[in-house]
Amino acid sequence: MTQGIEVNETMTTNIHPILERYHADKTRLIDMLWDIQRQAGYIPDAAVTALAEGLNMSANDVRETLTFYHFFHDKPAGRHTLYLADTVIARMQGYDEVRATLERETGTTFGSVDPSATFGLYDTNCIGLSDQEPAMMVDEVVFTRLTPEKVRTIINRLKQGATPSEIANPDQFDTRRLEYVQAQVADNIRICGPVFFQQDRPHAQILEKTLDLLPEQVVEQVTLSRIRGRGGAGFPTGLKWRLGREAPGREKVVICNADEGEPGTFKDRVLLTRSPRDVLLGMTVAAHAIGARTGILYLRAEYWYLKDYLEQQITDLRAERLLGRSILGREFDFDIRIQMGAGAYVCGDETALIESCEGKRGTPRVKPPYPIQQGYLGMPTCINNVETFAAVTAIMEQGADWFSSLGTPESSGTRLLSVSGDCAAPGIYEIEWGVSLNEVLDTVGARNTRAVQISGPSGECVSAAADGERRLCYSDLSCNGSFMIFDHSRDLLRVVEHFMRFFVDESCGICVPCRAGGVDLHHKIRLIIAGRATRQDLDDIVNWGNLMRGTSRCGLGTTAPKPLLTTLEKFPQIYREKLARPQGPLLPSFDLENATREYEHACQALAQEKSK
Amino acid sequence: MNIRITLDGKEIETTAGTLLVDVAADNGVYIPTLCYQRGKPCLGTCRACSVRVNGNVMASCTVPVAEGMTVEVDAADLNDMRKALVELLFAEGNHNCPSCEKSGRCELQAVGYEVGMLVSRFPYRFPPRTREHVAKYIWLERDRCIFCQRCVEFVRDHETGRKIFTIDDRGTHASIEIDVALADRMPPEQVREAAELCPVGCIIAKGVGYDKPIGQRKFEVKSIRERTLERSRK
Repeated sequence: MTQGIEVNETMTTNIHPILERYHADKTRLIDMLWDIQRQAGYIPDAAVTALAEGLNMSANDVRETLTFYHFFHDKPAGRHTLYLADTVIARMQGYDEVRATLERETGTTFGSVDPSATFGLYDTNCIGLSDQEPAMMVDEVVFTRLTPEKVRTIINRLKQGATPSEIANPDQFDTRRLEYVQAQVADNIRICGPVFFQQDRPHAQILEKTLDLLPEQVVEQVTLSRIRGRGGAGFPTGLKWRLGREAPGREKVVICNADEGEPGTFKDRVLLTRSPRDVLLGMTVAAHAIGARTGILYLRAEYWYLKDYLEQQITDLRAERLLGRSILGREFDFDIRIQMGAGAYVCGDETALIESCEGKRGTPRVKPPYPIQQGYLGMPTCINNVETFAAVTAIMEQGADWFSSLGTPESSGTRLLSVSGDCAAPGIYEIEWGVSLNEVLDTVGARNTRAVQISGPSGECVSAAADGERRLCYSDLSCNGSFMIFDHSRDLLRVVEHFMRFFVDESCGICVPCRAGGVDLHHKIRLIIAGRATRQDLDDIVNWGNLMRGTSRCGLGTTAPKPLLTTLEKFPQIYREKLARPQGPLLPSFDLENATREYEHACQALAQEKSK
Repeated sequence: MNIRITLDGKEIETTAGTLLVDVAADNGVYIPTLCYQRGKPCLGTCRACSVRVNGNVMASCTVPVAEGMTVEVDAADLNDMRKALVELLFAEGNHNCPSCEKSGRCELQAVGYEVGMLVSRFPYRFPPRTREHVAKYIWLERDRCIFCQRCVEFVRDHETGRKIFTIDDRGTHASIEIDVALADRMPPEQVREAAELCPVGCIIAKGVGYDKPIGQRKFEVKSIRERTLERSRK
């Protein structure tokens, strides 16, 4: 990835083409930072200063954005930068050995670069490959189903000078082709139903049909289908579009949220791989409905291997006059650009995502105003999930009645589940809303199931024994697609600890309860696992968790306590078993050894002094 | 447009769209704030003004009032939530009031008194934070930063409009930063304003420390509650 760009003074001159490429528009700061990093391997201080000058910002202002995102480096990060996904699923599937092998083979430890500056080794959260873990990103490609053996081969070849792409894509497929993506990542579509992944969908015909309708009629169709947002919150899509239609504003925007960051989900990855046209067309339908000319697909950086492929899809659609100027020869202009993320789970929140599209830190905005009134650059902005747009294309093809006849009265249609963990066949399952938990477990071949984490860490942990008959739908087990299965051999407390650490890692820090409270809750679960917690700690978890749920600024903070709160409710015994019985005058949480460690050190130092 | 809302059981008349926190103050109900300042855009970072609106907990600085709203400020659980948020801040940073130059004019300290905080229920973290003293006129005491974002949003270099204060990194690694070159050309008036803008003793103007004796400082003379309610009466 590094092309040996001259750093320091010459960096200033090298910034100019980048500034020009984006017309020195500071809302494109993230793209510029990516361009610098892809050239230089990291973002040197000299580049920050030059960029700041060119954008009339203070250097620290540029750093605000740079330092917010996990994948940006302000120090050299190795000729190859490796990110091993640290997820609960990976940890069930040989993560530890893979991690140890990586450290051994690269000659460095996680969080640092080896002495020869060849390898930078880093942890990262879920990269959307829970169906084929352990997995890692190397520069811009990914390697899945890692084993120590496989790691040794990859690192050896890199040492010998092979590029990651040569290793991952031995047939050297063009990065714009589907084969390039599929050489790296399996789709694992296990069951597809009536809505998604249909072969040979007549996209031009569907769009023709849509554009024959008045925008209001399109909104009406979407409303009649009763589809609700597939991102997780379940806001009625028809209502959102109507608000977008009615929102005053000359320019409006459609954004596709492809920042699939919830641990355990990967359905958007597969939709973008196998049905990108359904998604892009759905955006175009939305643009017609609300009256937008600008479209942005916000793609998480973890899916970089999809970028060229998706760009090509957009180019093809333009050539076929399904995108761009005068779509299908009508007075309708709409175009889509891809905005790459840079590693921040919080950008899945729609207002944080908009901030990120504007080149800023991904901090959620204060609401109101809502994006549908004032979003991207202050314009009315309609943001929907990848799956929602894909479903809209199916609705425009087959009709609202057809869609609303699927599922249940209040949860119409189907939904894609990203199934991972303890089951025979992890992968993508299209289910009709209304199926029971047991039915899903049966279908995916899950045996001896103890718990299912529905909707990822931000969702709820349910008990297979107690909740098996509950139904997946918005009014009962609402699911954003993430479906992680744990059998009886798994230690749920470890899972909870991992999830709590995830939220601490990913908190943007803008509000007090999430930034500070998350740390305390993480501390509590560690105390429990260490066997040093008491009844009081469980009460604290509930009280402090409710504080975060009530007062946090965005969905990240309000859902962050849920791994603790939902397992406490469903599996109270696993907590009770770990409670300490107070002995003696000290609180069990008091770590005497730790508290006196400094004293021990001082004594040793003194003793050494004396013996000299 | 005149509307009616219910505030702690009392029906009051007010103007639609006014921020709830201000409406409350205008009606003699003090809600603590650490980031919000009347007349300035809402920052919504500290959440210390959390109240219940139609059954949901919300930060009152983010809520424009609407007809028929039912608002609870004074309820045992809400009082405790606001207190807990203040306690979180005390545990998160290093706040040593007796030795702090801002003591007596510190909004965090003053709000601490208002919510009845005696000690933090959260474990004190004693985080190691470095201070930044390179700037000519400003001393940045990071131990006390509560990430309210006031300085980040409201202080700009007069000539270029560039940000002088910024936040580096995110989450628990966040750190307040100062652009020294820009800070060094801040006129004395702007330095004074920045120091006053800071609700805690993080932005300190050099050369003027401890200029008022204990007992005569801002909130010692008049509490933050009195000041908030008094200003709204004006």
